[in-house]
Amino acid sequence: TADIISTVEFNYSGDLLATGDKGGRVVIFQREQENKIRPHSRGEYNVYSTFQSHEPEFDYLKSLEIEEKINKIRWLPQQNAAHFLLSTNDKTIKLWKISERDKRAEGYNLKDEDGRLRDPFRITALRVPILKPMDLMVEASPRRIFANAHTYHINSISVNSDHETYLSADDLRINLWHLEITDRSFNIVDIKPANMEELTEVITAAEFHPHQCNVLVYSSSKGTIRLCDMRSSALCDRHSKFFEEPEDPSSRSFFSEIISSISDVKFSHSGRYMMTRDYLSVKVWDLNMESRPVETHQVHEYLRSKLCSLYENDCIFDKFECCWNGSDSAVMTGSYNNFFRMFDRSTRRDVTLEASRESSKPRASLKPRKVCAGGKRKKDEISVDSLDFNKKILHTAWHPVDNVIAVAATNNLYIFQDKAN
Amino acid sequence: MSAEVPEATSVKEQKEMEDKVTSPEKAEEAKLKASYPHLGQKPGGSDFLRKRLQKGQKYFDSGNYNMAKAKMKNKQLPTATPDKTEVTGDHIPTPQDLPQRKPSLLLASLLVD
Repeated sequence: TADIISTVEFNYSGDLLATGDKGGRVVIFQREQENKIRPHSRGEYNVYSTFQSHEPEFDYLKSLEIEEKINKIRWLPQQNAAHFLLSTNDKTIKLWKISERDKRAEGYNLKDEDGRLRDPFRITALRVPILKPMDLMVEASPRRIFANAHTYHINSISVNSDHETYLSADDLRINLWHLEITDRSFNIVDIKPANMEELTEVITAAEFHPHQCNVLVYSSSKGTIRLCDMRSSALCDRHSKFFEEPEDPSSRSFFSEIISSISDVKFSHSGRYMMTRDYLSVKVWDLNMESRPVETHQVHEYLRSKLCSLYENDCIFDKFECCWNGSDSAVMTGSYNNFFRMFDRSTRRDVTLEASRESSKPRASLKPRKVCAGGKRKKDEISVDSLDFNKKILHTAWHPVDNVIAVAATNNLYIFQDKAN
Repeated sequence: MSAEVPEATSVKEQKEMEDKVTSPEKAEEAKLKASYPHLGQKPGGSDFLRKRLQKGQKYFDSGNYNMAKAKMKNKQLPTATPDKTEVTGDHIPTPQDLPQRKPSLLLASLLVD
């Protein structure tokens, strides 16, 4: 179970794809460049680097284990030959540097080729070491460790558009860090009540605006989103905007609040919209309109009549993520039975696809799937009761430019590409 | 006056029954309440927390852990532990033994404070 993928993220160019897993490992894939010798391999992602990011820890004071599971990975924009990413578990964020080494120095004066130190008295001449090519080696090294700033479990990290700061959010607080400074972080949102018995909602996700470095949003377990402006005050407890869809009070049930809990919030690339994922739907919001979303896409509405058993087996608390494509014309999110859904915002068409070995052969097209909610099941349709709720697709990612998607199905990673590529 | 009250109640009951028929969500709620009659009205409150609490937080005893680590150093244990789910009795749990915790559900982490 340590192989269960817990996060997937493309870098800014899309050439690198990082995955984090439950065992604290990060695996980075790199896209093959155009190659005359193997023309079909262009666009394939191959393993580039693997490293252990986090280890299990024990909080001795509170007698609790701290999981090494990687909750989120976020890339930094590339500034030189090396690549940087932030990875976080429940308590600690780490900045990793991934660099290539393709040259090695030979002809040292003080040591032999195998590394043994030479006897200084036996050295009679000086030479200048020469750089010789070597097999490409990719090294990952931890450059910063940002620890001890979160009492509760970190659910989000987000790099600011200023490329100098980032935020980390847990259930009740959001902190602002500078990438160079590890011994200090500023608390910018704190929703912890004085009396914990008055607690009614928690922070579920947070993200910086893609262009406005002073703007961030955070979502809650009650289905609301707050937009904060860091220019207005040091502590952003008071929001600048409050997004909530009005609810019909007569339709309220025991499950209403639970299924309204937002599991992910993502700004569009344009910065004009944001998308939220709750248990049954994906909603697109216009930042200029707080009263209701501009679009609602049903992911798996047929589950509404299964809420009782989904509550009993805890599936109702599953946290699905969502993502935009590069042009913001489509959005994608996962579901159960290894299904994932894509919604085209312009044509208003949607499709259900499956990520599994049985249903897809390499280079074959994916066949759309259909779930039969009730009544007569047509051929090729799957009935709701046959869905496997252990096969959940919680993490998906879309290439920032091309139609390439990465879908994590438990401990398998699927990468799908548009034929046009 | 008293004749009106029973009528009002029966109208309310009828509306509830209609709701259960027309709304799948309300039907599911009725099912849940049938299994758990003491389920509270506000899921965000303490009932919710209690359910998360029951998810079994593993408490760690540093003394036992260090003694078990010392014991392990002395004898070479096979890499495959017999039964990962059985952490009881004389068996001192070590990090490798602990069953993987479920992802941090909503309020589970809040008991830490």
